[in-house]
Amino acid sequence: MIKINKNDINAFFAAVAEKMPLYLPVKKAGETNYGMYAEGAEVDLTTLKTVKSAKDFFFPQSETMMKFRKEGKNIDIIDVREDKEPFVIFGVRACDYKAFSVLDNVFLQEPVDTFYKARRDAAIICTLACGRPEESCFCKVFGIDAADPQGDVTCFLTENGLMLRANTEKGEALLSLYNNSEKADEKEVKAAQDKTREIIKKLPFSNLDLSRFTEENLKELFAAEEWKELSEACLGCGTCTFVCPTCQCFDIREFKTRQGVIRYRCWDSCMYSDFTQMAAANPRTTQLQRFRQRFMHKLIYYPSQYGGTYSCVGCGRCVNKCPQHLNIVKVIKKLGGKND
Amino acid sequence: MINENLIPKIGVVTDIRKDTPDVKTFRVVGTDGKKLFEHLPGQCAMVSIPGEGECMFSITSSPTNKEYMEFSIKKCGCVTEVIHSIEVGQMITVRGPYGRNFPVEGDFRGKDLLFIAGGIGLAPLRSVINYVRDNRSNYGKVVVVYGARSMDDLVDIEEIKTQWVKEPNFEVYLTIDRPQEGWDGHVGFVPAYVKELGLDPNMTAVLCGPPIMIKFTLAGLLELGFSKERVYTTLELRMKCGIGKCGRCNVGNKFVCKDGPVFRMDELDELPDEY
Repeated sequence: MIKINKNDINAFFAAVAEKMPLYLPVKKAGETNYGMYAEGAEVDLTTLKTVKSAKDFFFPQSETMMKFRKEGKNIDIIDVREDKEPFVIFGVRACDYKAFSVLDNVFLQEPVDTFYKARRDAAIICTLACGRPEESCFCKVFGIDAADPQGDVTCFLTENGLMLRANTEKGEALLSLYNNSEKADEKEVKAAQDKTREIIKKLPFSNLDLSRFTEENLKELFAAEEWKELSEACLGCGTCTFVCPTCQCFDIREFKTRQGVIRYRCWDSCMYSDFTQMAAANPRTTQLQRFRQRFMHKLIYYPSQYGGTYSCVGCGRCVNKCPQHLNIVKVIKKLGGKND
Repeated sequence: MINENLIPKIGVVTDIRKDTPDVKTFRVVGTDGKKLFEHLPGQCAMVSIPGEGECMFSITSSPTNKEYMEFSIKKCGCVTEVIHSIEVGQMITVRGPYGRNFPVEGDFRGKDLLFIAGGIGLAPLRSVINYVRDNRSNYGKVVVVYGARSMDDLVDIEEIKTQWVKEPNFEVYLTIDRPQEGWDGHVGFVPAYVKELGLDPNMTAVLCGPPIMIKFTLAGLLELGFSKERVYTTLELRMKCGIGKCGRCNVGNKFVCKDGPVFRMDELDELPDEY
């Protein structure tokens, strides 16, 4: 493990950014989100959660899939994809990192989504251990250790500087780009981790019980009376799905230009009324049905499809962002098992 | 690095047949004049006219047809309205095949088969029925019960009248909802007709049609002594990707595009009633 002194952190970023694009949490207009490193950028490593998750890197909010040229009755397909050059994402928290594997299950399962895979393969991921988890955090419920995230490089921010541990060859190569580092004091890292874990133990949502969310209970939970009360205030705005690092539903749409047709995909939300609308029918006509779909998917359908992994990582963004104060924690408390 | 799963192939429409006032059947080949891809009975494909949208349709033709594919499409929404307006020679895009097929080489082998369809519901079954006709010795008796609103709404009645009825050990029962001049066949809804016919409950049944027809026909079959493990159907929900990723065609923990569209009734019993 190496250490970069507090005053040299920017020099490290500059050294990396010279070789390849570097994305990291940047504060802009009062909000912290991932942005490209540039001189003078207000890099923000202390804000715990970026407003939007890191899923955009692999599953962008909108992307062109292909173009078509039409002439009379003829159609030409234009493949617009290019080879993806390596890039670095720095500062990914343990929850968002785990979310990548949740997305991987969907997009990398046969038949592989090559749009997603190209970006995934090109990325070098540097995670950042959490120093001060917040009240809305509940990653521990999903077996995530916020004090020791993985990735190509794991970073720890302490009072004295940035400690970096390479976990993969890609990570080692990245750290070798900077040669003004010293050896890290492992004890200091350990102390920081202990502190983080102590905080997590005391968080209000750290011990939610998920034991009732099993495939055997699928039909019983689907029919649960509680959905009515839980979903009553839902506006169907879709904010929860947009800030969620694991929500992966998408739409494929087209628009016509003078040069031809562009087919693109973009995030969609199961909370929207037209999500399942067909010409003749719609299997989910009420907000209750749509609300239930979202949580049944995260807590029962997805785990039953992918070996028990939940499609929630406890980042708590939905807890913070829902305008009606609805969230997955309330669903888990009501239906998950023994939750007081 | 072509993603064959989401990037379509170009097809050319070589023939358009008007089956009913709102159903047309489109014959499609690749730009090289050959069949676009192989499929199995019950599988689907995403068909699009770029700029007008993309939709999932069952492949109506049998895999035993080595020359072209056919899609029987009912005009009922924005995309199908445009598809109905095209002319022969129009290029379209097609990707697939998607989904789980009917077990024509599994559970269906050696069995007596009962096909029950309503309206456009015959489209996905035609693929199986013609596959069975072309491999006749592998299957037992075949019974087809097909109903529509009127005699004008029976899809591709020509093939049924000129070919199916002549097959050995192959019975065809047609019905329409209301009496009509020029129709001397049975009149009445499919579920009631199925019960009237007193069909042998040892047959393996395949149902396709409007949800209400499926519901009542299934109840009728169970009354006759059919078991859910021997009754198949094919579902339809809104789809975008066709490969189990876009997240919208699920019924419980199954995706219709990937785990379906063909389901056995006992499998559907395990899922929430949301389709």
